[in-house]
Amino acid sequence: MTDTTLKTSGWGGSRLFTTATVQKAVAFVVLIALLAFFGLFAPNFATWSNMVGIMQATAVNGVLGVAVTFVIISGGIDLSIGTMMTLTAVVAGLLLTNLGMPLPLGIIGAILFGAFMGSISGAVIAYMKIPPFIATLGMMQIARGLALVFSGATPIYFNDTPNYGLLSPVSSISALIPGLEIPNGVLIMFAVAAVSSIVLTRTIVGRMIFALGSNEEAARLSGIKVNRWKILTYAISGGICGVAGLIVSARLNSAQPALGLGYELDAIAAAVIGGTSLSGGRGTVTGTIIGAFIMSVLTNGLRVMGVQEEWKIVVTGAIIIVAVFIDIVLRRKA
Amino acid sequence: MAKEADDRAGEENVTGAQPEALPTLVDMRGIEKSFPGVRALQNVRFDLRPGEVHALMGENGAGKSTLMKILTGVYQPDGGEIRVDGRPVTLRDPQAAQALGISIIHQELYLMNHLTAAQNIFIGREPRKGFGIFVDEAKLRRDAAAIFRRMRVGIDPAAEVGHMTVARQQLVEIAKALSYDARVLVMDEPTSALNETEVEHLFTVIDDLKANGAGIVYITHKMDEVKRIADRVTVMRDGQYIDTLPAATTPMATIIQMMVGRELADQHRATGRRAEEEVLRVTRLNRGDAIRDVSFALHKGEILGFAGLMGAGRTEVARAIFGADPIDSGEIRVHGRPRRIASPADAVANGIAYLSEDRKHFGLVTGMSVRDNVTMASWGRFMSGGLFMRDGALGDVAKDYVRRLKVKTPHVHQETRLLSGGNQQKVVIAKWLLRDCDILIFDEPTRGIDVGAKAEIYRLLEDLAAQGKAIIVISSELPEVLRLSHRIAVMCEGRITGELDGRTATQEDIMTLATQRAEAA
Repeated sequence: MTDTTLKTSGWGGSRLFTTATVQKAVAFVVLIALLAFFGLFAPNFATWSNMVGIMQATAVNGVLGVAVTFVIISGGIDLSIGTMMTLTAVVAGLLLTNLGMPLPLGIIGAILFGAFMGSISGAVIAYMKIPPFIATLGMMQIARGLALVFSGATPIYFNDTPNYGLLSPVSSISALIPGLEIPNGVLIMFAVAAVSSIVLTRTIVGRMIFALGSNEEAARLSGIKVNRWKILTYAISGGICGVAGLIVSARLNSAQPALGLGYELDAIAAAVIGGTSLSGGRGTVTGTIIGAFIMSVLTNGLRVMGVQEEWKIVVTGAIIIVAVFIDIVLRRKA
Repeated sequence: MAKEADDRAGEENVTGAQPEALPTLVDMRGIEKSFPGVRALQNVRFDLRPGEVHALMGENGAGKSTLMKILTGVYQPDGGEIRVDGRPVTLRDPQAAQALGISIIHQELYLMNHLTAAQNIFIGREPRKGFGIFVDEAKLRRDAAAIFRRMRVGIDPAAEVGHMTVARQQLVEIAKALSYDARVLVMDEPTSALNETEVEHLFTVIDDLKANGAGIVYITHKMDEVKRIADRVTVMRDGQYIDTLPAATTPMATIIQMMVGRELADQHRATGRRAEEEVLRVTRLNRGDAIRDVSFALHKGEILGFAGLMGAGRTEVARAIFGADPIDSGEIRVHGRPRRIASPADAVANGIAYLSEDRKHFGLVTGMSVRDNVTMASWGRFMSGGLFMRDGALGDVAKDYVRRLKVKTPHVHQETRLLSGGNQQKVVIAKWLLRDCDILIFDEPTRGIDVGAKAEIYRLLEDLAAQGKAIIVISSELPEVLRLSHRIAVMCEGRITGELDGRTATQEDIMTLATQRAEAA
């Protein structure tokens, strides 16, 4: 006991050196190394327009990664985020194009609908005691089917909502600071990440999510109403999927009902690479964003180098395994 | 095999070292075993003859299980000698023990529920056919059926184990041991989950095994069973060998006294008078077989001890009062008012706290900080704007409790898994004090806590009672119950079999009530 005390106090507080933090730092170093590598060896990689392209490509996966980070920290998993994103995009299309609602109502509607669907997953998990993997696997198909049904299996275009582009490709910030042409979708991703990070670290919601993921039974025996917090967690995830749905449909200027499958795996990969533990209780939003960037830098860099694009998938797979291995090694040491 | 044994016995006779007529199956001498901070076994001996049932008795923590884990190769002894058939052996692992014919029937059965009885018996050594690719299911079933016939039990080898009663599962375990040609069978409280008829049936099987020359080590707490089937009894206490006696002629009282040991005359006892104000009253609480008609009252400033053997239902009562498990019937009154407690949240709202024996699973969120654990049940009180946590205030209040309860931690941001057992317990206590709970249920409050820290926890509990908290202490350590309790409720098989005055009760009183089965009551 005294030994532990001395050791840790010498480190100046274990708070600064949690395994999630260490892993996030590792991920960050990897990201910088990748940028340096491609910058040196891939011609035309280190250009501003390519950087903007990378950011643009990260936006959707980054936002979905944040959504699933909430759920994974709470000790669950959400496989429905990809198709949920598509479903909310379709709902936005219905509200704006078919019903002619004003843009803000369409935005709010899509996000609330995502949160509503998420809360259904949460309720199924909390009250029917169905494992999250199965419950959200079902929700993944339900959302996919509903997206096709609602849209009549054809894309919905946003031509009647001229300002819809504001949600992704347009760069409002370049009007303020000329030359800084970061698309709004990327700024939205950073905003979602910032708010989520605050929610997870500073609010009662975040504290409960960490408690659930660390030891649900201890939380329950502390008098915490775990079911309600669990439902809220999945609702938050669904709502953030709504944001991703808006970004992706704005970029395509259409809600594509067949899109979405496979996005959930990239998002989970981003979270895991960023140091979020699949066994729950540990993780950071910044880590997830870094993870998402690692994946898109890889894709982009390999493409610029002229490597067959499919290799990116292989490399991403290897990175996931390495990231989880680092997690295991760090935990064994701790 | 019998011839070999004879040869060996002959050799011993030649050297003159073995005057006994019967060769000893197992002979353990001078066994020593330490775990970090605990000397689990000191110079323990135990022997087993063919065709006998040798009962091994002692309180929880006396060292019975450790000794048997050494015999079955699970643990390695630090010192001492083990002889099997007169030959010194090293039991490197459970396989080595099994190869010598030593098998254990665990209290929790280790069977695979989705497999059949036959598949379970021959798991890992299935007979093959077709170039060794396919399992010969027919032979598997035939061989299993043959063993069951030998045991004279009517179990279908093709029946799935998960659908069987515990009694039948146990017979499958025994069949599995016999399939390894086991001559030494260790049974760890085999009747704890059986009814009368099943117990009788098990005893017939044991009698058959005896007749065939097997030796059986029988771990139990139940006196009547010892009288019924054991030939000899060995008693252990605090990791030490006490004595071995013939089961038939030794009075029960003698055995109980050997188990609990002589009491220290100047032992500390609970003092101070409790107030008459009733804080909690439980009336006719029932839950399946685990809790039967349990009624008791708890007063302000009182420490009520709950004693009993493992599985007597004490933890179940605590969890039921706390709303962690549903109850079938019964009434719980808090401060005189009947309350419906359906969840831990309801219990906490009524000021009831439960401190589980398994802190790591149920009490602490070990990956979170001291601050978060202390404040967890009260987070609702530390928010601004209904959403944001006031981390500064959380830290201050946690620091305050760390100081008051003398929790040894470098700072309140330390993850609780890095604290010692005693300090973890204090963190959990702090959590409930902060939540203003005035009924505190402690389940094995000092389990896994070293001796020095134990005294500190005892003082803390006494201080809390003096401050007017009402406390229930569930403990398997009799000296602990006697030291802390104003009153002691003793449970056996889901019932409260008696209530004792903490100032005058003795360990013998408690053991008598704790082994008093329903028929005798």
